[in-house]
Amino acid sequence: MKTTGKIIGITSNLVTVKVDGPVSQNEICYIALGDKRLMAEVIKVNGDNVSVQVFENTRGLRAGDSVNFMGHMLEVTLGPGLLSKIYDGLQNDLAKLDTLFLERGTYNDPLDYESTWEFSPLASVGDQVTAGDWLGEVPEKSIKHKIMVPFVLDGTYTVRSIVEAGTYKLTDTIAVLTDAKGKEYPVSMVQKWAVKKAITAYTDKPRPYKIMSTGIRAIDTFNPIAEGGTGFIPGPFGAGKTVLQHTISKQAEADIILMVACGERANEVVEIFVEFPKLDDPHTGRKLIERTTIICNTSNMPVAAREASVYTGMTIGEYYRAMGLKVLILADSTSRWAQALREMSNRLEELPGPDAFPMDLSAIISNFYARAGLVNLHNGATGSVTFIGTVSPAGGNLKEPVTESTKKSARCFYALSQNRADSKRYPAIDPQDSYSKYLEYPEIETYLNTQVETGWVEKVNQAKTIIQRGKEAYEQINILGDDGVPTEYHDRYWKSELIDFVILQQDSFDPTDSNCPMERQKFMFNTIMEVCNIEFSHKGFEECIAFYKELINDFRQMNYSQYQSENFNNYHKKAQQLIKEKLAE
Amino acid sequence: METRAFQKIYTKIEDITKATVTVHATNVGNDELANVGGKLAQVVKINGEKITLQVFAGTEGISTASEVVFYGEPPKLKVGDALAGRIFDAFGTPLYGSKEIEGEEREIGGPTVNPYKRLQPSEFIPTGIAGIDLNNALVSGQKIPFFADPDQPYNQVMAMVALRAKADKIILGGMGITNDDFLYFKNVFDNAGALDRIVFFVNTTENPPVERLLVPDMALTAAEYFAVDKGEKVLVLLTDMTLYADALAIVSNRMDQIPSKDSMPGSLYSDLAKIYEKAVQLPNGGSITIVAVTTLSGGDITHAVPDNTGYITEGQLFLRNDSDTGKVIVDPFRSLSRLKQLVIGKKTREDHPQVMNAAVRLYADAANAKTKLENGFELTDYDNRTLKFAYDYSNELLAIDVNIDVTRMLDTAWKLFAKYFTKAEVAIKNELVEKYWPEA
Repeated sequence: MKTTGKIIGITSNLVTVKVDGPVSQNEICYIALGDKRLMAEVIKVNGDNVSVQVFENTRGLRAGDSVNFMGHMLEVTLGPGLLSKIYDGLQNDLAKLDTLFLERGTYNDPLDYESTWEFSPLASVGDQVTAGDWLGEVPEKSIKHKIMVPFVLDGTYTVRSIVEAGTYKLTDTIAVLTDAKGKEYPVSMVQKWAVKKAITAYTDKPRPYKIMSTGIRAIDTFNPIAEGGTGFIPGPFGAGKTVLQHTISKQAEADIILMVACGERANEVVEIFVEFPKLDDPHTGRKLIERTTIICNTSNMPVAAREASVYTGMTIGEYYRAMGLKVLILADSTSRWAQALREMSNRLEELPGPDAFPMDLSAIISNFYARAGLVNLHNGATGSVTFIGTVSPAGGNLKEPVTESTKKSARCFYALSQNRADSKRYPAIDPQDSYSKYLEYPEIETYLNTQVETGWVEKVNQAKTIIQRGKEAYEQINILGDDGVPTEYHDRYWKSELIDFVILQQDSFDPTDSNCPMERQKFMFNTIMEVCNIEFSHKGFEECIAFYKELINDFRQMNYSQYQSENFNNYHKKAQQLIKEKLAE
Repeated sequence: METRAFQKIYTKIEDITKATVTVHATNVGNDELANVGGKLAQVVKINGEKITLQVFAGTEGISTASEVVFYGEPPKLKVGDALAGRIFDAFGTPLYGSKEIEGEEREIGGPTVNPYKRLQPSEFIPTGIAGIDLNNALVSGQKIPFFADPDQPYNQVMAMVALRAKADKIILGGMGITNDDFLYFKNVFDNAGALDRIVFFVNTTENPPVERLLVPDMALTAAEYFAVDKGEKVLVLLTDMTLYADALAIVSNRMDQIPSKDSMPGSLYSDLAKIYEKAVQLPNGGSITIVAVTTLSGGDITHAVPDNTGYITEGQLFLRNDSDTGKVIVDPFRSLSRLKQLVIGKKTREDHPQVMNAAVRLYADAANAKTKLENGFELTDYDNRTLKFAYDYSNELLAIDVNIDVTRMLDTAWKLFAKYFTKAEVAIKNELVEKYWPEA
């Protein structure tokens, strides 16, 4: 007997229901509106009165309307066919909806149940298995999609039977498991999982020790993100958050990309699904859309589903991680999710925290970021979920609750600066405010020493010092005037400009410059650092400026040329010649 | 809306605040309209049998014994071709001429377009204003506000955009505009003979502020009719969105909600996004483009209203008084159209992107020269030439009274380049210079 109830109160999308039986926190229910059913989630229970947040517009609901509780939390459907899909926050397949407008109460199947897949078994009869163990695999786009023991199964099971290699429908039983008492559990290629719960079907979660390259110099060289790491990008509007995230999504060295468009512009989602089918994945040569799933709750879609969208994205990410894959989740923007929490907290009349956000905002954000990470699976394989969220700070002020709460949990901080954006220095990642905690990890340092070159971290820190000293020199020049300071000040300043223009700045709209592989980054960074370590003597500040401007131009031309091409080498020679002449003076 | 037969009349009003009343009633739907003592109201909260209604015109004079009649439906607008050329109040009632409009009733504030059904915006909307067309081209399906101080002539610019833009229908939503501005819009459209392609929803400062909340939804419901049903290109102008946000703040305050930044409701972002995201390029060729006005206080864009707007819209346009030429210009530095890349050099002449960048760069050099001059430093010959260029650039291109097509704008820019600079100083791709550099 399922619990039912009747509506007794409505405030916007917060509905109060009087119930006739047990309900659980975060349980899903459906509210009847004529012949439609609106999905809602329990967020507070007070005796028989249950507060639910409705994932749709509540226009027309009345006191007395009936509500049916489903006995489970908000779930996603997991199985082959998730890739290339465009879902809303509740995992409805948007491509399958016929109408131009999103009609209330329309829910559909996230997967194509009629589709068939080439299954090959990996487990054999008699194997002892636990949740997350691989029973078999099917090819999905460029990956081998593992069919796993459902995550909801607790304890150890025995494989009683498993089908032979062949073509099967999603819902066909591919294996039968038995528990210690001999009870049978049929397993298909599809399983469900509650989005608010982390999937923990792994042995352990070691510290990240590898870098995930993004092809962006300001990230990979200066403040790298680890595979299985977390990072966030705060920035005022117009600073280039979305362009940066799109660039990362195109270039990152990951098997699966999940784009969560959370409360942002619909036209930006359109851009992804128009462009990605045409663009090549730089790592596999297949189309980008093949490794991508889009989850979008654009800013005009129901607010409550915004929160669901980030959890849906994370759960799909954890699912692919359990297959031993490298997953990258990009969420734009987590501030909109925080605002959705604020709206509900306000309607629940909870006592507000700073800026009217709920008191537990920080805890909610930490819990969420903690779901990312590198994991060792039971079978010895590793998988990872790397998470990068953007934050849209109100008024561009980084001292606001969402930025501060996120700072406590994310390990990489890529602050986009208005000043850099105004002077068109893109990506506008501030070299001084930004940081990557991973550079302090001994594991990462060792990795960089062996994979890039010995002493790499030290060199990066040296570059950061040059930037810092350049800025100090620039302030002096501004106060005392060009000829009021020694020429060394100009030299110091222009060395920092050299790093800024050649390494930090990158043209994300140029096909060559946009994606800079690690090998090339190493070459350019070493080249620039060599120059920075030379002591030049200039006759005057004009000469110093002219010298560096020409040098910068040559190095930038190298950035725009194919790596190691004739053009590239010629510009390199030209720059070297320029330096030689300078030293001969 | 007329009272119909067999409607139950409630007469026991329990609470009255400045903007809301609470009445005991049953079988009432959320968002439904009602008549409270002769004033239109909408259900905003249901608590058992206690129904809280927001009274649009304010609760002055409402008595605890006033009659409350529920209409059983949310606010609606009658849509049809007869909307064109008419002026309406915030409730969608015509202000002049026949009160009856032929058409089909549609709920306002309707659902969202499925993102998957959208097309990428790709059509250029010329306005004749070079500060917009040349530097910040508008694209159909875009949403963009003017960020302007109250003393700037934003309503005149809006009227100009309305008259010149190549759109099939112009829908103007006026929120809290003065009666003088309202009459100005009306006269300008009348005189231009353009009234037949304009639909005007107006709430003036003489009307109650809460009524404003209906204006954007009314305007966009009309826009959706012409864009979705008729496949037309519709331009929606909304002025002033800051006053709309102020009305939101009033209502949320009366509902005892905890204010967030700048006393604005915590849902401000979603409230504004619901309006702006109606901008769309549809697969049937129809489109809705939104140009709005957000007034600033002392140019402060960190205030909650412009700040949230900036995160939602696809760019922003700044107006500025140029003291050198004495004209109002569209500021080339602070203005931005995020979608311009989709059309410039593609739907306009090939040299557009490069000419745009070169002109803005030279204008920036002029700004530096000006600072130097103000600080008492000596100017170089180049500095002096940039200053002369800046004057002409402001006067002949950026000023909002300029009205030429984009090809002429590009030609004018080339003419100014050649007048003051060498080819190397302009630094545009060689093949374009050879093709377009005007020979003396």
